[in-house]
Amino acid sequence: MSAVEIVRFAFRGLAANKMRSALTTLGILIGVAAVILLVAVGEGSSQSIQRNIQQLGANTLTVSSSTGGGGGFRMARPQQDGGPRTQARPLTVDDARALADRTAAPHVSSVSPVVSATSQAASYEGASHAVQQVVGTYPSYFEASNKPVAKGTYFFNDDVLAARKVVVIGQTVAENLFGALDPVGRQITITGVPFTVVGVLKEAGATGGFQDADDVAIAPLPSVQQSLTGFGPLDQILVKAGSADDVAAAQAEVTSVLDQRHGVGGAVAADYQILNQATLQETVSAATSTFTVLLAAVAAISLLVGGIGITNIMLVTVTERTREIGIRKAIGAPRGAILGQFLVEATLLSLIGGLLGVAIAVTGAQFTIAGITPVVVPSSVVLALGVSVAIGLFFGSYPANRAAKLRPIEALRFE
Amino acid sequence: MSLVLDVRDATKVYGAGETAVHALRGVSLQVEPGDYVAIMGASGSGKSTLMNIIGCLDVPSAGEFHLDGVDVGALDDRRQAVLRNRKIGFVFQSFNLIPRMTAVMNVELPLAYGGVRPAERRRRALAALELVGLADRVNHQPNELSGGQQQRVAIARALVNSPALLLADEPTGALDSTSTLDVLGIFDRLSAAGRTIVVITHEADVAEHAKRVVRLRDGRIIEDTRLAPVDGLPPRLKEVTA
Repeated sequence: MSAVEIVRFAFRGLAANKMRSALTTLGILIGVAAVILLVAVGEGSSQSIQRNIQQLGANTLTVSSSTGGGGGFRMARPQQDGGPRTQARPLTVDDARALADRTAAPHVSSVSPVVSATSQAASYEGASHAVQQVVGTYPSYFEASNKPVAKGTYFFNDDVLAARKVVVIGQTVAENLFGALDPVGRQITITGVPFTVVGVLKEAGATGGFQDADDVAIAPLPSVQQSLTGFGPLDQILVKAGSADDVAAAQAEVTSVLDQRHGVGGAVAADYQILNQATLQETVSAATSTFTVLLAAVAAISLLVGGIGITNIMLVTVTERTREIGIRKAIGAPRGAILGQFLVEATLLSLIGGLLGVAIAVTGAQFTIAGITPVVVPSSVVLALGVSVAIGLFFGSYPANRAAKLRPIEALRFE
Repeated sequence: MSLVLDVRDATKVYGAGETAVHALRGVSLQVEPGDYVAIMGASGSGKSTLMNIIGCLDVPSAGEFHLDGVDVGALDDRRQAVLRNRKIGFVFQSFNLIPRMTAVMNVELPLAYGGVRPAERRRRALAALELVGLADRVNHQPNELSGGQQQRVAIARALVNSPALLLADEPTGALDSTSTLDVLGIFDRLSAAGRTIVVITHEADVAEHAKRVVRLRDGRIIEDTRLAPVDGLPPRLKEVTA
């Protein structure tokens, strides 16, 4: 009795009840496909979030004022005197200048103060579009925030000093206002103020879940302050470190400069916060991997349920074929051959289900699911397939053993 | 001459204590090669139990059983399976063919478990089917065959391994009279060719074809009649071949 023979018997056994075999296979198929596909979706969303973060610019620190925290707490009880400060100090252009000081902050390579106004109406010869974000800043912002220009040019320090009304617009803005026209050199109005377009940003690509990074207009800081935001506090200061290794040192320098200027220390909590892209990236990737594990766990449960389905159907099969087992034993089938046949049947069910599941998952991963392009992780394929075969062996062993242990006289008497 | 069957003082008790059932109460039976024995008895006489013991499907509670010189009681499960495969050909009342397998595949099955190569297996299976007159039905499945044809396939399957003993349990119990004659005719011809056959039956008609009739009652042999010599022809061979 060779192994080939046993596999042939097993195939014949499965073929004898095609509908049942197909349905049992379906259980494993769904389990395996779910594991691979959900892990792929998790991985895809994780990668897209990582890309988004990288688009914000590498080696950069974002300083923004925090209006809550200790300052806010004291503001709520202004009658209590003796507190060192009753109000958080906003970020100013002077803060930005202080950070640009090479002696106080040697690891900082550029500093860009940022003000921004959201949903500003822009129009060009009748076409109008609400720009999601109008940013007023310095030219260094383009490099620090990783926004290269595709057409035309940036604006320059001269433009900033002279508060010229020039603007660099994102791809979405260009399409909505100009269509096929070349926007460079044309004049648009943003909330009634005329701006000359000097450049168009390279397309960043709309990425799932986040706001459209191409729906922006970037103009010199004083121009935006004059016409849109007023000369109030800055929204952010974008600080770029010399290199990736300098980010931590730069963060320490920024902290010490700002602490000094804002009088932070001792009992006084910081009235600003620093967002480090690397830290953000780590936090987000930890969160997304938790998410992926969760998805995989849910899928693994369905695989387990599929496995129990195999046990169930094999038990039915063994009971139904008790007489056949008796005949086989009476004509001299050794216990091992019976055990092998039913074990191989169970394993074939799960293996076929697993292979089909992989095929379906890989096909499904070619499509965008809920705005996320799934990325198939090879190890999840190997794991899901391996687990499905192991499930066949494990969940098939109980019914197979029961078949092998049947005594021929009783099995023959079974009706 | 060595005996094909040698049952010595075999007893079989099912259960224990007050509910114990004594199916066999000391049966001794010796069968020589070439003999054609009918074991008769009413239901409850112990003939099925004796058949299970002879067929190596069960072991006696006490006493000894040698099949073709091998002490069956001393064998483990796996060796008993091998022994069934090599030494015994079973024919059952309800045919017991495996459904959804063609006639020739059913006949090949004992050879497959015996480890015979596929080509050789096919050749021997076809020869056995030829012998029972079913050469034109080899690729039919059991549900496409009549009862008599199914039983002939079962006989072919029992013979394909050239066993020392052909053991038939009520082989004609589920057949009409024409098919019964077919099957008995095959047995008579096999016996005439020197095959050792044991038939368990409760029909006198069937028993009359045997060279020797053994009657069981209440777990004991009560009569052992010889109708024809061991090396002679079965008594009704002429009728069935006529």
